[in-house]
Amino acid sequence: MKFKRIVFFTIVFFILVVFFFALKKSNIYNTKNLIGQKIEPFEIISFENNEIVTEKNLQENNFTLINFWASWCSPCRVEHPFLISLSKTKKVKLIGVNFKDKKRNAQNFLNTLGNPYDLIVTDNNGTYSIHFGIYGIPESILIDKELKILAKFIGPIDKDDYKKIFEIIKNDKKYN
Amino acid sequence: MIKNITKLSLILLFLSSNAFSESVFDEAKIFKNIRCLVCQGQSIADSNSEFAQTIKIVVRDQIKEGKNEKEIYDFLSNKFGEWIIYKPKFNYRNSILWLLPYLSLILGGILIYKFLRKRKN
Repeated sequence: MKFKRIVFFTIVFFILVVFFFALKKSNIYNTKNLIGQKIEPFEIISFENNEIVTEKNLQENNFTLINFWASWCSPCRVEHPFLISLSKTKKVKLIGVNFKDKKRNAQNFLNTLGNPYDLIVTDNNGTYSIHFGIYGIPESILIDKELKILAKFIGPIDKDDYKKIFEIIKNDKKYN
Repeated sequence: MIKNITKLSLILLFLSSNAFSESVFDEAKIFKNIRCLVCQGQSIADSNSEFAQTIKIVVRDQIKEGKNEKEIYDFLSNKFGEWIIYKPKFNYRNSILWLLPYLSLILGGILIYKFLRKRKN
């Protein structure tokens, strides 16, 4: 009888512990595990002149923001003014990855809203973006000169993200 | 001579069809085990979302490069976390998940055995 009781209470306790931790855990998916990792070597075609762009092009500045965008993506229009402001500060190099887009539409998008990017590359079928851990558009990755991922922004960059970028740059002891 | 050519053609046809079916099988098996991150409870095999289509291209490319199932899963887990794979890896964090069914089975067996023994007596 005593043995049965112990078994019963152990099982109940175990179930409660599992539920407690499982329900406490956030189910919202994010790719924060990428932070701290280094960007793998890559070769992508440039948007403007079909030249090959590699990871070395990302090492020219202390900080680089890689922004994944497309002309068909409406949240990209929302974040565009922030990217324009960011480009004016000259503190971050901006790389735009044009995702699954038509060149003419992308060009119209930039002509209408302005071009904040120092360099644009083309990802026609979206496969390069998978190597950066991208699963939706827009997304942005802030990296340092050593290609280490400092922050990842899922969705359009807003006021808070804009501030966060400057905070990260300001607090980074390596390049200040 | 014609007989030999026919034999050779049949062998080649058999081998190529076998290789094709194997790659299709592997591909489908992998697709079913990868979670579509932008869908509700669907694998990329069941989804037509942009994300699923892109991951399918990446998986096909990696199969062509000669990567095996484990290498493909490792690549995707590294980029998107373990969550992207339906079948969890056997590691210390998932050990309870893997061992609990076996432990329950053993414990259940012991309890049934004890119960039957008691009843017999």
